[in-house]
Amino acid sequence: MIEQKNLTSPTKQSKFQLSEATLGYILVAPALLCIIAIALYPVLNTFKLSLYYMKLQLPGLTHFVGLQNYNTLFSDSRFWSATLNTVFFTVVSVALELVLGMVMALLMNKKFKGTGLVRAAVLIPWAIPTVISALMWKFIYNDQFGVLNDILMKIGLISSYKAWLGNPSSAMSAAIFADVWKTAPFMALLLLAGLQNISQDLYEAAKVDGAGSIRQFFRITLPLLKPTILVALIFRTLDAFRVFDLIFVMTGGGPGNSTETLSIYAYKTLFRNLDFGIGSAIAVIIFIFVFIFAMFYIKLLDKSILK
Amino acid sequence: MKLKNTINQIIFYIFLTIFLVYIIFPFLWQTLTSFKTPQELFSIPPTWIPSKIYTGYYINVFTKRPFLTYLKNSFIVASSTTLFSLFVSSFAAYALARLKFKGKAIILSLVLSVSMFPGIAIVSPLFIFLKNVNILNSYLGLILTYTTFAIPLSLWILTSFFKEIPFELEESAKVDGATPMQAFLKIIMPLATPGMFTTAILTFIAAWNEFLFALVFNTQDSMRTVPVGIAMFPGEHDLPWGDIAAASVVVTVPLIIMVLIFQKRIISGLTAGAVKG
Repeated sequence: MIEQKNLTSPTKQSKFQLSEATLGYILVAPALLCIIAIALYPVLNTFKLSLYYMKLQLPGLTHFVGLQNYNTLFSDSRFWSATLNTVFFTVVSVALELVLGMVMALLMNKKFKGTGLVRAAVLIPWAIPTVISALMWKFIYNDQFGVLNDILMKIGLISSYKAWLGNPSSAMSAAIFADVWKTAPFMALLLLAGLQNISQDLYEAAKVDGAGSIRQFFRITLPLLKPTILVALIFRTLDAFRVFDLIFVMTGGGPGNSTETLSIYAYKTLFRNLDFGIGSAIAVIIFIFVFIFAMFYIKLLDKSILK
Repeated sequence: MKLKNTINQIIFYIFLTIFLVYIIFPFLWQTLTSFKTPQELFSIPPTWIPSKIYTGYYINVFTKRPFLTYLKNSFIVASSTTLFSLFVSSFAAYALARLKFKGKAIILSLVLSVSMFPGIAIVSPLFIFLKNVNILNSYLGLILTYTTFAIPLSLWILTSFFKEIPFELEESAKVDGATPMQAFLKIIMPLATPGMFTTAILTFIAAWNEFLFALVFNTQDSMRTVPVGIAMFPGEHDLPWGDIAAASVVVTVPLIIMVLIFQKRIISGLTAGAVKG
């Protein structure tokens, strides 16, 4: 009967189909427009700027130079040290976050009084603006009035006050430690969500078979948590690679250039030296690295949402 | 066996305590700092507990610094961003979740890829653009940028939300003669309120905390947002730790209250994107 109805009124049917698709495009348009105008187009523009000699204070001299800015960068030791710093910061902080996040997630996965409170507490570092957490840690690390020196002196780990951020050998570690404090809880929440998807029956069965809790962790928890860990790692890697606020506020990239990451170097080149050619080239390099990771990430996620 | 259990319990609570102290200590220290007198603040070794509650830095922050202006700017930018992005994303999410049309996968990948964009990669052309159209040092420049960066996560959360609402509801609306638009506004939207709420909280916090674009676009003191304003407290030679601590407490306490009230929604929103894959 329905078919017959369709046959008798083909115009009405097709009109309805058309309106659904058109409505779809209309509804998606504003979001897409924002994305294209404020993210995609500017990125292409950054690529273009990176091929130009362009200094904001010398607007008349802007001209096309091809890949020369990249050549300049590749023979610039400060660029390589910034790259190294970025990679070091990313690898070490993400690794520490994973381990610490896992410990936190396992703790939170236990049933005890006050679970809700602990979970809320975990969100505090996440919710605090990065700038504020950077300033908080900067004061904790202070060489004279900082509480870290006081604590370490009292428990006998150091014999004199240290300038944690003033010393090239400790500044990066100090920054990483502050970053881990801020982001490990987020990692923990992701892992916790994954943990809660693992069926309790598996653990019961393992217990019956006489497997201890360490064995259970390596044989059940870790393998089943692998997809969550992977996503969390990529997510955090992307974030850590772009690190800016924390280091900008804590050390400004110093002392020397010992904590200068690529984002900081790009920012200084763009807005202190007003060199938009070289600055954009650094930005493009950051983008390409992040893009490769991002593609990987989207591939993982894409499977689920359009099903 | 019982003894072993008790020992396990004790170890568990020791770990839990260490963990909680680690999480809470930095902010607790900042709060204590904000109430110390200048002598206590700059004593070596540091004074742990202030002898009396000194409110000088709080008064300073509000009377000698344009902190109230920063708060106002941040509030305007963050709440407009939240409204804009909610509006734009909910339309798009509805279409992606429930309407049939071609190119959905491409659109979704395009939008999601933006969530990975490093801000630094687009900041230079955007700066030039905003300079050319004369909206550096405005709310609009920041709102547009933040909205764009909020769309991916909002779209993600809302799309999965819209998908869970049964299709029969719209079918019956259509049978009753409602257009797809009416079905969306009258039936689906109200049911998606919890998802919208989660999205709104996350967007607001992200916009409230953003630093790089605010630093670059709004350089005039009267247009600065809170993070940039506080980051600029340190002068050439002095580090006003007391003022910084007081301002941090003022900004962070509302965020913490928000987090305590809405923790379930925040956690579900944050983990929705990452865990489903």
